[in-house]
Amino acid sequence: MTTSTGRRRLAVVTAGVRQPSTSRLLADQLAAAVRDELAGLGGQLETTVIEVRDHAHEVVDNTLTGFPAPALKQALDAVAAADGLVAVSPVFNAAYSGLFKAFFDVLPEGALYDKPVLVGATGGTARHSLTLEHALRPMFAYLRAVVLPTAVFAGPEDWAGEKVGDQDADSSGQAGALRGRISRAGRELAAEMHRREPVRVADPFALTTDFEQLRMNSKRG
Amino acid sequence: MQFGVFTVGDVTVDPTNGREPTERERIKAMVAIALKAEEVGLDVFATGEHHNPPFVPSSPTTMLGYIAARTERLLLSTATTLITTNDPVKIAEDYAMLQHLADGRVDLMMGRGNTGPVYPWFGQDIRNGIPLTIENYDLLRRLWREDVVNWQGKFRTPLQSFTSTPRPLDGVPPFVWHGSIRSPEIAEQAAYYGDGFFANHIFWPKEHTQRMVGLYRERFAHYGHGSADQAIVGLGGQVFMRRNSQDAVRQFRPYFDNAPVYGHGPSLEDFSSQTPLTVGSPQQVIDRTLTFREYVGDYQRQLFLVDHAGLPLKTVLEQLDMLGEEVVPVLRREFAVGRPAHVPDAPTHASLVEAAADGSTADSTADADSTAPAAV
Repeated sequence: MTTSTGRRRLAVVTAGVRQPSTSRLLADQLAAAVRDELAGLGGQLETTVIEVRDHAHEVVDNTLTGFPAPALKQALDAVAAADGLVAVSPVFNAAYSGLFKAFFDVLPEGALYDKPVLVGATGGTARHSLTLEHALRPMFAYLRAVVLPTAVFAGPEDWAGEKVGDQDADSSGQAGALRGRISRAGRELAAEMHRREPVRVADPFALTTDFEQLRMNSKRG
Repeated sequence: MQFGVFTVGDVTVDPTNGREPTERERIKAMVAIALKAEEVGLDVFATGEHHNPPFVPSSPTTMLGYIAARTERLLLSTATTLITTNDPVKIAEDYAMLQHLADGRVDLMMGRGNTGPVYPWFGQDIRNGIPLTIENYDLLRRLWREDVVNWQGKFRTPLQSFTSTPRPLDGVPPFVWHGSIRSPEIAEQAAYYGDGFFANHIFWPKEHTQRMVGLYRERFAHYGHGSADQAIVGLGGQVFMRRNSQDAVRQFRPYFDNAPVYGHGPSLEDFSSQTPLTVGSPQQVIDRTLTFREYVGDYQRQLFLVDHAGLPLKTVLEQLDMLGEEVVPVLRREFAVGRPAHVPDAPTHASLVEAAADGSTADSTADADSTAPAAV
């Protein structure tokens, strides 16, 4: 339970399948940016990283049986309890990977409601970058998450970066474009997490109504 | 404590030889399982109700009436009776008739049914699942308890001066359980009426059962039917046994791996650790089953699922032999140890008749019913 108002929980879901994974690399950089930006606002961040690959079999099992194995349940609970989410997928066939989608398919309904989400994707060419806008953003919008304006795509040229003096490099001389997008995105997520109350997760087994109310509801319908 | 079996009534290909039973074979197998249950000393046989392939039991009282004629002690029940899509008038009539034919050896378990397309076949809509359950069951209770019913509701045509016949045997309606996996509303409904609550407890982690039973017990006490540990709880369970546990695992694995519910998903080992499924020796089944009361408290009814996923009848009957000869006698003895005297047995027709004669009405919610804003 978050007790201090300055403490926030971040869940990072990354669906890369290789080791090392560029999706993980991007996810870690995004999480670090959120941490730094939140620190600037006086908040502290507690981060849980979920590699979907580690739960690959459990995700399929859950799809078939309707309930998560214990380790997957822990991961799903961490997402539901998070004040903010970083979600990064590799681009497969012009969309998020099947594994990435399957993970969110077994997340309990309503778990992302009003949750600030920073979406990221990685791919072999910049031509995949709009996958963020036509695949990830609508999926999270459907789940009633608050998808932040900046979505971050990283392709080979982003990782290669530019040398000082290159046209696209920013004034710091860093691999400018990507780094700039990462900090902007981190700033947006940190701000949204900071201004919200910490998340409280509803107990699915809790009785939210009594029998008389149920009877009245069934009459009104 | 009562022990028995419940069956879904699925027609499933036997994955070890590709053979699919005919509907007739499956129906006759269900009857054979019921007769065997009585023969080996079990107390309860409960049939599912389904209206879509690959399931055969669409007409539970036809089957249970036939079994009633061929048994003497066995309690006949359902798992579950669809309170959403059946007309409560027909449930009232069918099960009162069965009560008379079976000399009171009848109770029912209500369930909603979770297959969306089934609802419109019976003029309903799955989105009304809970409201249908509330309204239909409320009417069913009145039909069994009031000789003449005037009624108006949302989901069926009004009733004016209607008498459901035959009247319940000895004026005492069958005891009712309510089954649910994860809907707190159903635990609440069971608690409100002081009815039994049955947790599926086969395809789901035990935590679901624990939470639902805990809620039901708490609300049972809240509504004044007794203390929480006097609430009437039933559990499912799923077992496969061989003398030697390695044989059990080896023989059950192809059925598990291809089963309609969990096949091609988790391993037998994972599923056994994550749910109450127990595949092993009779002693392992005894040991596992005895742990159930650690998380639900002392309870009244234990039903085992032994006949699904294409298991041949011969194998199922062997399971019943082991349950009757080796498992249940030990469970009866062990569950009795340390069970407080004030924890009741599950109500039977005889006990309900006796309670009614004592003047302490068997229906302890009569007051709540009469003060409710009943539709008239």
